[in-house]
Amino acid sequence: MHERFPGLRRRGFLAATTGAAALTLVGCGGGTDDKADSGDGDTPKRGGRLRAAFAGGGASETLDPHLANLFADVARAKALYDKLADYGDDLSAEPRLATKWEADKTLARWQVTLREATFHDGRPVTAEDVLYSYRRIADPKQTFRAKASLEPIDLDASRATGERSIEFVLKRPTAEFPNVLAAFGAYIVPSDAKDFDKQPIGSGPFRFVSFAPGRSAVFRRHDAYWDGAPHLDELEFVVANEESARVNALLGGQIEYAHELNPTTARAHEGKGQIEIVRLRNSAMQAFCMKTDRAPFDDKRVREAFFLIADRQELVDGALSGAGVVGNDLFGKGYEYYAADLPQRAQDLDRARALLKQAGAEKLKVGLNTSAVAAGFTEAAGIFRDQAAKAGVTIDVKMGSKDSYWSDILDNGTLCCYRSGAMPIEAHISQRLLTDSTTNATKWRHKDFDALYQQAQSTRDKTERAAVYERMQRRLYAEGGFLVWGFADWILGTARNVRGVETKAPANSLDWARFDKVWLA
Amino acid sequence: MRESGLRSFVARRLLLGVAQTVAVVLLVFALTEALPGDAAVALAGDQPDPARIAAIREAMDLDRPVHERLADWAFGLLHGDFGASLASGRPVARYIADGFGPSLLLAALTLALLVPLGFGLGVLAARHEGRLVDRLVSSVTLAVYAVPEFALGVLLVTVFALKLAWFPPTAVGYGTDLLAHPAALVLPVLVLLARPVCSLSRLVRAGMVDALAAPYTAHARRYGVPGARVRYAHALPNALAPAAQQLARTVDWLLCGVIVVEALFVIPGLGTVLLNAVAERDVPVVQGLAVVFGVLTVVLNLGADVVAYRLTPRAGVAA
Repeated sequence: MHERFPGLRRRGFLAATTGAAALTLVGCGGGTDDKADSGDGDTPKRGGRLRAAFAGGGASETLDPHLANLFADVARAKALYDKLADYGDDLSAEPRLATKWEADKTLARWQVTLREATFHDGRPVTAEDVLYSYRRIADPKQTFRAKASLEPIDLDASRATGERSIEFVLKRPTAEFPNVLAAFGAYIVPSDAKDFDKQPIGSGPFRFVSFAPGRSAVFRRHDAYWDGAPHLDELEFVVANEESARVNALLGGQIEYAHELNPTTARAHEGKGQIEIVRLRNSAMQAFCMKTDRAPFDDKRVREAFFLIADRQELVDGALSGAGVVGNDLFGKGYEYYAADLPQRAQDLDRARALLKQAGAEKLKVGLNTSAVAAGFTEAAGIFRDQAAKAGVTIDVKMGSKDSYWSDILDNGTLCCYRSGAMPIEAHISQRLLTDSTTNATKWRHKDFDALYQQAQSTRDKTERAAVYERMQRRLYAEGGFLVWGFADWILGTARNVRGVETKAPANSLDWARFDKVWLA
Repeated sequence: MRESGLRSFVARRLLLGVAQTVAVVLLVFALTEALPGDAAVALAGDQPDPARIAAIREAMDLDRPVHERLADWAFGLLHGDFGASLASGRPVARYIADGFGPSLLLAALTLALLVPLGFGLGVLAARHEGRLVDRLVSSVTLAVYAVPEFALGVLLVTVFALKLAWFPPTAVGYGTDLLAHPAALVLPVLVLLARPVCSLSRLVRAGMVDALAAPYTAHARRYGVPGARVRYAHALPNALAPAAQQLARTVDWLLCGVIVVEALFVIPGLGTVLLNAVAERDVPVVQGLAVVFGVLTVVLNLGADVVAYRLTPRAGVAA
């Protein structure tokens, strides 16, 4: 029954891939955990049930991993299923079910080899299962979220070349093909998977026990998991949409893990000993988005002036309650290929005024669209309005509807608040900054920029490719449409006996919301 | 004579109730249509790829004209079919059935406590009219009434759940099986109870004070009828009619209060279903809930009016 509209589902906090930010925790695969492991909690201990609370989707939730849209969906999908690859802490693709991938010279044919892994019912994960899963996601009649990410693959031409080897034929050279394998929602299900809510079978670290939409999902350890059986006996996901409810349940010992807390909550409890606060850095890009195809932002001097108007620290302190770091007008701080060498931009009102004067834009008036759709948006708008006033720019803040905000700002207005969850820099570029990108909110359309992207995708050598990405980022830094003023922390709370929660994994990466490496001390 | 009057009164009220329910549903449908963005936009969230939104819209049949969708839905309803959720495709009736239990439990517990408490406090205050007890009851009820449920809930959780650890702070993880965890119900019911107790007791007090001062009670007393009998057999029934109507209104109010309480204490009832459905623009679910709430409201108010009619037949209860 729930198959009727596969692909849709609730509003997307999804963030994950695209939009919002998020991430969470997870487990330190073997020795990377640097959190709270003092005393006798150092050695992983087996046993116990961990209860984790997420904001959820209520009665319309399903366990179909290809419908994953919310953080809660992703966390559940990650427990039950695997992807061929997943994102490391720097958002580069790491092998998971795939042990290796090799491209031919053209970068348009990739041989992928699977590891020996079994589904929960004991059957091996085969090349056919992978192709079935990808074809299901790419079904033109459906609207699964990962469909767009799998678009480069020519699934009709791709085939299994053995029990555990697949040849993927691509529509064009794609150096970053492993990112496709790690795409948000590209989970591998058995080739006869049907009833995802009653008897979901995956190859993930936990197997299904029970599920009540909007209430609770209970999973048990999968002892034969290829990456080592989880330490926990059982894992329960509960849904609590109200942040105060998640905090209270954590403080009251009803849950051991609370996803997505406010900075104020974090401050109130950090270091008090009652609960542990985990901050995942560089999780959510915070930006103002200027439409580069219309006045006044079609003049790059005006865009540069706006870059110089922002006092980034004030924005981080005011709009994010200090829970974050300043940005440098580029996406992906700390991620693979990030142009970290560019000088940090700082407020320079004199220079901004001079640039506006040159551009004939003195006494500029501009509308700024915002909405309560994401934490800090309305505060950021107010702060930026005051900063702009000092440079003689009048900003008119316009509040928009929460539920249609992302769609409203895609083509309308000239300046808006924007945020994005973690994704590889390549994905950010291809989804938002190419002429044919479907969510190009800055209307950044430059043939030469598109050509650079194609060049990067056809460049086999990683160092050379990094140089191309750097050129693209220099261009965006100098005259792009995203005024990236900060990166928000993603904040979680855990009970004091929870160990092995990864603290460096930005939202959407492998180690976020990953419970197979977590244990109860 | 009186019986047939009551029967036609009930029949008129029922007809009116049906009309009211239909009007509510149409209004809800129109308002949901008027909200900015449809279910496809809401579902697409921060990935508003126009092609994807169009595909979702088509998959959900949202590309069909409004009147066709309304007609389909109304036709199904006549056959007892509430339709299927846009977001999950599951039957709306299942959503309502699943959410009904917890909400009903909360409302029933609240009412069960509300009636004795409200009447008790009202009678107590009326008996001591103008004296310390009356002033105490009156000022406390007024003060409590002024506190919004959400604030009261947060306060109670902080004190009784987190500081004193007497009760669990939320019902998270208990699902619909709340009766197995009665301690989790204490704080939610307290929050729900707080405001209606205040309004009800003040109403009872006012009615009793009037009745006790009325010539007929003075007359009864002169005849040597004992004080308790005067109070409970003569004066109290007079305060009952407005209180019954107030009670019916309280049940409507409970449905709203329940939304706040459910969110705060993580109880998966109708309020939670409604909030999610509105956020998702899941029109069939919102409509189904509108029908349920509409019918409940009509039936409860009808019941209250019948009680009032029986108690004060000459008051000319407005139909």
